[in-house]
Amino acid sequence: MLDCRHNTELLSQSCDRPLTLREKIAMRLHLMMCKGCRNFEKQLAFMRKAARELSRKL
Amino acid sequence: MSTIDPEALQSHRSHLLRYAMLQLRDPSLAEDAVQETLVAAIESSSFSAQSSLRTWLVGILKHKIMDVLRRQSREPQLNVPEEEDENELVDALFRENGRWAAPPQTWADPEQSLENARFWDIFEQCNRRMPLNTARAFMMREFMDMSTEDICQELGVTSTNCWVLLHRARLALRECLDLNWFGTAR
Repeated sequence: MLDCRHNTELLSQSCDRPLTLREKIAMRLHLMMCKGCRNFEKQLAFMRKAARELSRKL
Repeated sequence: MSTIDPEALQSHRSHLLRYAMLQLRDPSLAEDAVQETLVAAIESSSFSAQSSLRTWLVGILKHKIMDVLRRQSREPQLNVPEEEDENELVDALFRENGRWAAPPQTWADPEQSLENARFWDIFEQCNRRMPLNTARAFMMREFMDMSTEDICQELGVTSTNCWVLLHRARLALRECLDLNWFGTAR
């Protein structure tokens, strides 16, 4: 079982490279049980959106 | 409700200090924030034995840090911070067993913030706080949409290093936004 520390690493890496099937499954399992990491996932997506928007403004 | 053993509190002190240092960058401010946290914890009667003591303390600390940040001037930092020690940030955010020290709380309607000029100020300031290499990797990835491969080449690092930098950047940015924007409503 992944802990949050490792799960957040995977979540971050999923923004930069494709995950293997095994990694995806492990990540999803953890996310099902962890609200903190679910929030982190949403917040990652938001930060990416904000950065993209800022880069358009600059 | 349970009363807390002051000695138990002290055992969390170094962890709290590490977290406060990361956010405040100033040893005496960090000390103050941690002291205020421990005092508040001892005086509080709201700790329930069901939640983790560490998590609860970090929650109080975050509020104290927010207070300090609010009292401080709003000028952006003039110095670019030095590259941080390897796992400093990650160690401060997670407990020894790998779980969050303070799990991310819900950000209420974040999209709305994108229309707020003050939010963009904060966002930019948070980006400026990152150590140099972390900031560069993050800029290249998120602002210039460069691939990991290209970033590695630019910075002269391995892809593993690259992912570490990007992960640190995202963790740091999240903490900064949580402290200075989304968490202020709590």
